[in-house]
Amino acid sequence: MATKLEKVPVVVIGMGWAGGIVSAELTKAGINVVGLERGKDRTTADYTMVHDELRYQHRTELMQDLSKETITYRNTMEGKALPMRYYGTFIVGDGVGGAGTHWNGQTYRFLPYDFEIRSKTVERYGEGKIPDWMTLQDWGITYDEMEPYYDKFEKMAGISGEEVPELWGPRKNPYPTGPLVKTPLMKTFEKAAKSLGYKPFVIPAANLSENYTNPDGISRGACQYCAYCENFGCEYGAKGDPAVTVIPVAKQTGKLDLRTHANVLEITSSGGKATGVIYVDMLTGERFEQPADVVVVASYVFNNTRLLLNSNLGTPYNPKTGKGTIGKNYCYQVTGGTTQLFFEDRQFNLYGGAGALGIEIAEWMGDNFDHSDVNFIHGAGIRSTQYGDRPIAVNRVPKGTPNWGAEFKKQSIKYANANFPVKTQGASMPHRENYLDLDPEFKDAWGYPLLRMTYEYTDNDREMVKFMAQKTREIGEKIGADIIETAEEQGNFSVNKDTNTHNTGGVIMGVDRETSALNTYLQMWEVENVFVVGASAFPHNSCFNPTGTLGALSYRAAEGIQQYIKNGGGLLV
Amino acid sequence: MSEKKNSFTEKRSTRRNFIKNSGLTLGGLVLGGAVTSLFVKNNNNATTTTPTEESAHGGAVTQYNHALMFFKPAEYQTTAAAVERIYPEDENGPGAKELGAAIYIDHQLAGQWGNNVKDYRLGAFYKPADNQSPQTVLLRKDLFRAGLEALDEYSKQNYDAVFTGLEPEQQDEVLTAFSEGNVTLYGDTSSAEFFSLLRTMTIEGVYADPMYGGNNEMKGWAMRKYPGTRMQYVNEIQSDEFIELKPEGLSSHMS
Repeated sequence: MATKLEKVPVVVIGMGWAGGIVSAELTKAGINVVGLERGKDRTTADYTMVHDELRYQHRTELMQDLSKETITYRNTMEGKALPMRYYGTFIVGDGVGGAGTHWNGQTYRFLPYDFEIRSKTVERYGEGKIPDWMTLQDWGITYDEMEPYYDKFEKMAGISGEEVPELWGPRKNPYPTGPLVKTPLMKTFEKAAKSLGYKPFVIPAANLSENYTNPDGISRGACQYCAYCENFGCEYGAKGDPAVTVIPVAKQTGKLDLRTHANVLEITSSGGKATGVIYVDMLTGERFEQPADVVVVASYVFNNTRLLLNSNLGTPYNPKTGKGTIGKNYCYQVTGGTTQLFFEDRQFNLYGGAGALGIEIAEWMGDNFDHSDVNFIHGAGIRSTQYGDRPIAVNRVPKGTPNWGAEFKKQSIKYANANFPVKTQGASMPHRENYLDLDPEFKDAWGYPLLRMTYEYTDNDREMVKFMAQKTREIGEKIGADIIETAEEQGNFSVNKDTNTHNTGGVIMGVDRETSALNTYLQMWEVENVFVVGASAFPHNSCFNPTGTLGALSYRAAEGIQQYIKNGGGLLV
Repeated sequence: MSEKKNSFTEKRSTRRNFIKNSGLTLGGLVLGGAVTSLFVKNNNNATTTTPTEESAHGGAVTQYNHALMFFKPAEYQTTAAAVERIYPEDENGPGAKELGAAIYIDHQLAGQWGNNVKDYRLGAFYKPADNQSPQTVLLRKDLFRAGLEALDEYSKQNYDAVFTGLEPEQQDEVLTAFSEGNVTLYGDTSSAEFFSLLRTMTIEGVYADPMYGGNNEMKGWAMRKYPGTRMQYVNEIQSDEFIELKPEGLSSHMS
């Protein structure tokens, strides 16, 4: 039996970037918000002992407890999905700050091409350029409409970057802080890229390049390049994190009722509208029903989709008919085509770094080049980064070296400070049969079905990787190294071997209720008082880390929710 | 390798020194609270390992955490022999045995990692297809123990001696067979799963903070010129020269 609580105007599920931004904006506008977070509360005081690679990275200190809930996974619709029993590629955040605590901090805007991707592709290349299987859709919003929201997110988080006008959408304002430092590694890439005619830029970062006070009055110190970003929290608060930005702001209004260890199991509904949520206290097992006028679903991509499916909200996507929307257009990030460099007589201070420290070129991104003669659309950023190479995680050795024994030890030590890769970060196009639904067999600790992922890299991805591998090779050869190795092909997807947590889609935004779950305020077409905020709203994933766009969309959703409350209901679009 | 060795930073870069020297403006609603908490003296650090400073001055140091929580002595010996083959002593410096990787593994297997506390353990365990997540029924501690038993069994069958009694080359042959999944362990488990765990935990035991029982005196870090858990590298990261710094462990953040 659940204890029924008093009704509130807004309940927000999840206290990461999406939930934090929405909570800050609504409470600043005088609206009372209950924030439910299944993990614990966190501040910088939690990170006194944060430089612990084993605990934070390999024992996934800041991540969701998989003993309670995980996903199941299969490569194709014919296979049987099996649970991800421990972490491999995905690191799903938990606790106040969510993934916004353990991220690296790379904060991009998507390209104008992204938001109108179907129209612009057809316009330039014709309908025939888009294969039948590719469920490519416009987002229902343009870059110019997104610009003010990007600006807001960048100012709040204090994004450090340099302006590169060509190849990007126009900015109304410069980055709030200048770019991070350019290290010898980055200068090496820069020199080679420039000599090939590219215009390299320093990656935009939420790791502050200088001390910064944001428009909410939050002051944070500059990044110290300690190299503990991804998987870790920042003890300085130098890394933009909801726990040191938007959440303290929301708390300070006195209008945020933040409840930690509160895991939402279901959204309740009646007559086509949500009525509230049921949640369980993770420490005591006690259940509560929290009625609300508006429900904001702001947890991770996976759980956003799962909560709607487990609550019978919206129409589940059917890959056979293409009908329905919840679970549609799950996309990932394609990062194949790396060229690895090993040096005999050069060493870099690779123990230092920052999560967003790096340099990149934009020439092969999006539709920045002519795709007439290639069998793919979109593209990739080509980049070299300096996150800081931690010794358990990073032991790069030349091909042919065994992964244990005398030779492994010798080579891994020899090259520990004398190697770096030229990498790609590529876009991921939607496939009709790449989707999310409920697993028919496996359950979470409370008996609710787990989310089932069906995903494999597409022909578009594989063609793109072959193309980008040539480009990384070219830059690698221009840099010059004693050993140059290129991974020329994209292998199959593996939930325990791939390399990032850039999951997108499942509850996508768009122009109509037949093809998308949400309008451009992230309001559900089918359930008007539910807003689903996060990268789950992306109809495809671009060649960037998703957080900048997730943040911008969160500001837009917050605006929509305020308007919805003011209007007293109804669809906003 | 042409590398310039800068003089070691004499003063340990503790948080206190760092914050004192950095001139950082520590504003913000949350950060202020964090910094004061760094100065709270915590005397309850009985499980911390190897007081490096003292041993560097030649004093005899008792490593109070150098004892077994999980292994039987013979299992410990087998583990020590195996980790040494994964990461052997060479001209760079000590191997995993001297670095304490077997103690590290013992302590890890006794705790929540060995008991798969944070793993999803519900539902049936099916055989995974390629690229699917491993579906190992055995807990890590049981997998490891079964693996050690199988190492001896396989060694006896092929070389008439237990694993610790073999020549290093023979031990490598045994481990190669295990890494290739050529041996079946308890419950029809592949030896490759045990080997993968052994390999991972050896690397962890060599390079994790010494408070976990391995990386003895931070010699694992020193071999690859990794400075450990320092607070900042603002200058180093901009330097064209490689700068070697003396490693520091998490215990340096207790002062």
